[in-house]
Amino acid sequence: MRKKIGILAVLLGFFILVTFPLWHSVGMRHSLEPPNLVLPANQKNCVMPVAYMRSSHMFLLLNWRELVVRHDQHTFRSFDGKSYNMSLTGTCLGCHNKQQFCDRCHTYMGVQTPNCFNCHVDPMALRGGMR
Amino acid sequence: MNITRKQFLGLAGASILVAVSGKQVLAELEGERQDGKPRPRKQYAMIVDTRKCSTLPDCTKCIDACNSSHNVPVIPNPEHEIKWIWKEEVANVFEAQQIPYLETTLKERATIVLCNHCDNPPCVRVCPTGATWKREEDGIVMMDWHRCIGCRYCMAACPYGSRSFNWIDPRTELKVLNPAFPTRTKGVVEKCVFCYERLALGQGPACAEVCPAKALIFGDLNDPQSEVRKMLGSGLTLRRRPSLGTGPNIYYIL
Repeated sequence: MRKKIGILAVLLGFFILVTFPLWHSVGMRHSLEPPNLVLPANQKNCVMPVAYMRSSHMFLLLNWRELVVRHDQHTFRSFDGKSYNMSLTGTCLGCHNKQQFCDRCHTYMGVQTPNCFNCHVDPMALRGGMR
Repeated sequence: MNITRKQFLGLAGASILVAVSGKQVLAELEGERQDGKPRPRKQYAMIVDTRKCSTLPDCTKCIDACNSSHNVPVIPNPEHEIKWIWKEEVANVFEAQQIPYLETTLKERATIVLCNHCDNPPCVRVCPTGATWKREEDGIVMMDWHRCIGCRYCMAACPYGSRSFNWIDPRTELKVLNPAFPTRTKGVVEKCVFCYERLALGQGPACAEVCPAKALIFGDLNDPQSEVRKMLGSGLTLRRRPSLGTGPNIYYIL
């Protein structure tokens, strides 16, 4: 009989542990609201359509990196015929605010922050006196 | 016509020799190098006129301009220091010349040293990731800091000590950041890249532009009308340790 109680206690503990992911969020307040992204006020279009940028901006950035650093090409012709300088700090962060755009979405999606900004400078943060 | 087997083999061998050497001659004429790599269309080079440079012994304008435009930190600890362009005494720069009884003022004259952007760069040969390479269009020995894994083979290979390793995060040492150029991060190697970012905008290297004595002359060696070509043709210039076969592209006037 004593053994039975021990076994049941261990089983109960095991059950609680296994089902932890199911019940631990009960009672916590989770929001399904999308992140409040601050869009650039002075521009209507990005360098590619929004749907493409949303899903594939990382490939675009990798492509830009290869073209600029390894092939000395600096101009990007966008889908609407405009020319852009292929530069993360100059072009992307010239419009977007890193903290209110990049970081908010990456945090919301739980995507690991890429190491771009270990080297590339965020010009808006610099202007605000931060480094 | 009768031909023995010996004669036939001899003739065949001779024709192969002629064909192979002819191909190499043609390749050389078409601008291909013997090792199969195409010759750069341009070859940027720099002449350091130490006579002009030494008229301003306390001037560090070229170094300051390079540091500020490329976010190069000034770290006093010699174990951690990062150098793209710096001053060195003539006797140390041309130590291979081993000239005894050299005049003290010339021996101790400070001159400017930087990456030599070699024709045959040993750093490129040893880099395991292709993070450094010689650009075909202008001969710049370029770096891709995204690809550098920090193995420091290139630093061991470079006979000029032109490369520095980031032992600490350079951002902790930088007081002012230039947002137009990235900093580096801990664990990568860096060196002078001949201001490729300024050349892309049609500007010259920052060091040559700010030099008040006009002691740094930059230009394309493949262009017979360029100032560097004319200066090389008009007097004796020296290169650092050319016997190593690296083909350095920084020339010195003493």
